Amino acid sequence: MSAKSISEADGKAILNYHLTRAPDADVNAVLDQAEVTYPWLLQSGSKFVAKPDQLIKRRGKSGLLALNKTWPEAKAWIAQRAGKPQKVEHTEGVLRQFLVEPFVPHPDGTEYYVNINSVRDGDWILFTHEGGVDVGDVDAKAEKLLIPVDLSEYPSNEEIATALLGKVPKGVHNVLVDFITRLYAVYVDCQFTYLEINPLVVIPNAEGTSADVHFLDLAAKLDQTADFECGAKWAIARSPANLGIAAISSAGDKVSVDAGPPMEFPAPFGRELSKEEAYIAEMDAKTGASLKLTVLNASGRIWTLVAGGGASVVYADAIASAGFADDLANYGEYSGAPTESQTYYYARTVLDLMLRAPMSPKGKVLFIGGGIANFTNVASTFKGVIRALREYAGQLNEHNVQIWVRRAGPNWQEGLKNMKAATQELGLNAHVFGPDMHVSGIVPLALIPGRLEQNTVAEFHG
Amino acid sequence: MASATPNGASGATLSANDKITRFSAPSRPLSPLPAHALFNNKTRCFVYGLQNRAVQGMLDFDFICKRSTPSVAGIIYTFGGQFVSKMYWGTSETLLPVYQETAKAIEKHPDVDVVVNFASSRSVYSSTMELMQYPQIRTIAIIAEGVPERRAREIAHVARKKGVTIIGPATVGGIKPGSFKIGNTGGMMDNIVASKLYRKGSVAYVSKSGGMSNELNNIIANNTDGVYEGIAIGGDRYPGTTFIDHMLRFQQDPECKILVLLGEVGGVEEYKVIDAVKQGVITKPIVAWAIGTCASMFKTEVQFGHAGSFANSQLETAAMKNKTMKEAGIYVPDTFEDMPRVVKSVYDKLVAEKTIIPAPEPVVPKIPMDYSWAQELGLIRKPAAFISTISDDRGQELLYAGMPISDVFRENIGIGGVMSLLWFRRRLPDYATKFLEMVLMLTADHGPAVSGAMNTIITTRAGKDLISSLVAGLLTIGSRFGGALDGAAEEFSKAADNGLSPRDFVDTMRKQNKLIPGIGHRIKSRNNPDLRVELVKEYVLANFPSHKLLDYALAVETVTTSKKDNLILNVDGCVAVCFVDLMRSCGAFSLEEAEDYMKMGVLNGLFVLGRSIGLIAHYLDQKRLRTSLYRHPWDDITYLLPTLATTGPAGESRVEVSMK
Repeated sequence: MSAKSISEADGKAILNYHLTRAPDADVNAVLDQAEVTYPWLLQSGSKFVAKPDQLIKRRGKSGLLALNKTWPEAKAWIAQRAGKPQKVEHTEGVLRQFLVEPFVPHPDGTEYYVNINSVRDGDWILFTHEGGVDVGDVDAKAEKLLIPVDLSEYPSNEEIATALLGKVPKGVHNVLVDFITRLYAVYVDCQFTYLEINPLVVIPNAEGTSADVHFLDLAAKLDQTADFECGAKWAIARSPANLGIAAISSAGDKVSVDAGPPMEFPAPFGRELSKEEAYIAEMDAKTGASLKLTVLNASGRIWTLVAGGGASVVYADAIASAGFADDLANYGEYSGAPTESQTYYYARTVLDLMLRAPMSPKGKVLFIGGGIANFTNVASTFKGVIRALREYAGQLNEHNVQIWVRRAGPNWQEGLKNMKAATQELGLNAHVFGPDMHVSGIVPLALIPGRLEQNTVAEFHG
Repeated sequence: MASATPNGASGATLSANDKITRFSAPSRPLSPLPAHALFNNKTRCFVYGLQNRAVQGMLDFDFICKRSTPSVAGIIYTFGGQFVSKMYWGTSETLLPVYQETAKAIEKHPDVDVVVNFASSRSVYSSTMELMQYPQIRTIAIIAEGVPERRAREIAHVARKKGVTIIGPATVGGIKPGSFKIGNTGGMMDNIVASKLYRKGSVAYVSKSGGMSNELNNIIANNTDGVYEGIAIGGDRYPGTTFIDHMLRFQQDPECKILVLLGEVGGVEEYKVIDAVKQGVITKPIVAWAIGTCASMFKTEVQFGHAGSFANSQLETAAMKNKTMKEAGIYVPDTFEDMPRVVKSVYDKLVAEKTIIPAPEPVVPKIPMDYSWAQELGLIRKPAAFISTISDDRGQELLYAGMPISDVFRENIGIGGVMSLLWFRRRLPDYATKFLEMVLMLTADHGPAVSGAMNTIITTRAGKDLISSLVAGLLTIGSRFGGALDGAAEEFSKAADNGLSPRDFVDTMRKQNKLIPGIGHRIKSRNNPDLRVELVKEYVLANFPSHKLLDYALAVETVTTSKKDNLILNVDGCVAVCFVDLMRSCGAFSLEEAEDYMKMGVLNGLFVLGRSIGLIAHYLDQKRLRTSLYRHPWDDITYLLPTLATTGPAGESRVEVSMK
């Protein structure tokens, strides 16, 4: 019985509607459309909860939770906030996506907290009977139970009850044990890596022998690499039919791979993907190579074009520890033997962003760095980079860009020779180093005054 | 594999077989490795997946380490097909067996205890689980990136239970200089030589990143007596073995003197090493650094390149790790750039204390360079056996005579345009490509009764396939059938070029008793013109900048039709002379080129191409009609055989035929 009520809640409650991405889109039109798509919004006497759904933590504390509102009130609340920048703790972002669900009235003392998270040896289940907005330090106060990786060692109902439910009325034990077991099964089956429900509302029946369970606020992470195993399960949960949308919208003629739209992984709040980042992410998804780009500060004057997951971090470290964290414009890497043209498009994107940043009296710095590659042909990836440099050579000089190069690996001599020749030909201010230079050794040379004079490592010279 | 004797090959002639070195299985079981070691210079492994480049790298490494046997015993490739894979062993070659089933490979090679698993992220779980069923396998390196975290944890869990060491996932592997190299670790041979990985040193390292492990090889080689062993555990959140597993091994290995740890933001595995140091389990000097110190200086959270590099708590930040490690007495540089200096100072100290006594440097080995790599580097050249100047499929896009296929469609150059690119390696003007298309359309078919179509129909009815039937028809094309085009072009242009007047030309031909190719039609006449000819004429007169030969041919027609009404310029003749006009006047060809193309038989090509359309149509038509095997009726053949009895004297076998 209890499990049934949860899936009902699931079906009814998790209903998103999207505000279009353009900031000046008419919010009211979107809200009106929502009424058509979800007719239950118009049921008289209904009360709702409205909140932004953008990976924002502690919404309650930031005043981003509208409780016990009628639909007109909820609408007004959303309209007032939608498309406007909002500061949450230290991050500022624009609110674009809201979740409206039925309001569940519940007495005090029925707000619990449950959290499942994965560690190396298994999955921790954290549970406390004091959930809600003021849950506090759960690590300290929650009851904990480690479920081992080997599911044949899954604990018995008694063990779960003893470990987690010590402070919960006995009458709801069976309901909660059942709920936790099912929740965990979904967690495993759909390859979550994190799942937090706070509050988990448990309303006992009059006799105190059973209870209704509602989950009000939820935060979760899925393992994206498991898409080939779980993609179908994720998609079917997002299909319109299973979200309770009766009328199929005419725009939904797109054929998707699974029974529903593919899972979306939104960017963190206040860090929405820019056009360029989205472009690189899309390119990354389409190839076996790895291409990553995060713009940290679009008007920064230090840009990196670094090969390798490890080396790229080392470069960011070196720049930050030289005292230029605020000037560092991007984090990114390309690796896994990208083709010449992939490297070209990647480099072009970074150069384009760099040249859009305002000119600085101190000039700009571009690091074309990387470690000693294992199997990526340096000459061929550099060909792509050089092509991009050629395209932007004029502007690079206009913006007074210093280019610092360090790279090694298969065919590095040829790669560096080409780089050196191209930068000389284009009249760019460039310094080129090979494996004699420490992987990120060019960073202090470029940024810390006096270091270049102390440098003993010779530049590459053909 | 038993070594094969070259069968009777004399010393003078070297056969390909003599260049192949074969290795037999060890005659007695190898003594087991100590618990702290994963590899020695006798270690043998399987490579799971067809990774010839990685396998070759491993064999080259083995060769320069002067191993007596290759480290790779065989390849497991479930998609199979191939039974052996040919590899280089130094300058000679060796054959590696390829197994489709793991069980078979295990059975054949009881000495193998390591698997380098190149299976994809989708299939690596099942293959690793299967491999772990065989107790002889002690170590598995998982290369794949993007293994689901739950699967990685399950693999790690089973491995721990069975005492199997997992390296990875998402790693390049690891290397034990002088002994064993996993897959692509260490990069190319020149880097392995530069970092002196062909002989062992005293410094062992563990890092997360594979790329950075190469940097460590470089740093260690430049500042100490070299690498003793290096493991890259992989950038995922749940690597099969972590820092502590390998650090403990290195601690127990008496030959290893200095430990290096390259950690990263995310996870808490570095703290296990710190605990081991604090508890006195690890006593050897450690130089360590956690990369990702910048993360806490950024305003927003950044997911770095590695899946596991993300701090979920203060404890997981690189800054906190570096601080705690330093407090535990580990040598932690101020920045990563400072690490080489710290490594060197620790090494110098141990040398001074005589804990490390540097070994004399062996001769730097030479490794022959792969032909393909040398070619990529531009170091060598050889004459190519084939040359192609019309199309290139090697790049991003297919090129037709330099024109990318996307442009072919964007500019909508049509089949005529494609023909001009591939046949003549140049763009022809639109009116010319249109003309080519026109010719194809006109020559596409000429009914079932002509010899080509007849042959195709008969072949089809004999039950043969499309290609046989088409070719049977095409084979009839020659000087008699379809060849009128070539002949007409030749005769008309010769005459016109020699300055013969049309009337002289007709007269000369008659005197030589030659028919003029391209003149004459069975039914059509001047009063009942062939519409196909009219179409071509009209088009050419309207569009070609010059049509001298057509004018000439039309003058010839005036002469011939005055003799007999049906001696008109037929469609073959018309197409032929117009084509010559095109080649000569469109400006794309020099006179020599035009002449050359005509001599090569390009006109015949045009006819063959066009008529293929019709022949295929006849094939399809017969198939559609389900026609049965054709047999020509007897009464349509005149049988005239010599009668042996009445044959005259010896040698007389002449048959006389008298036709009524």
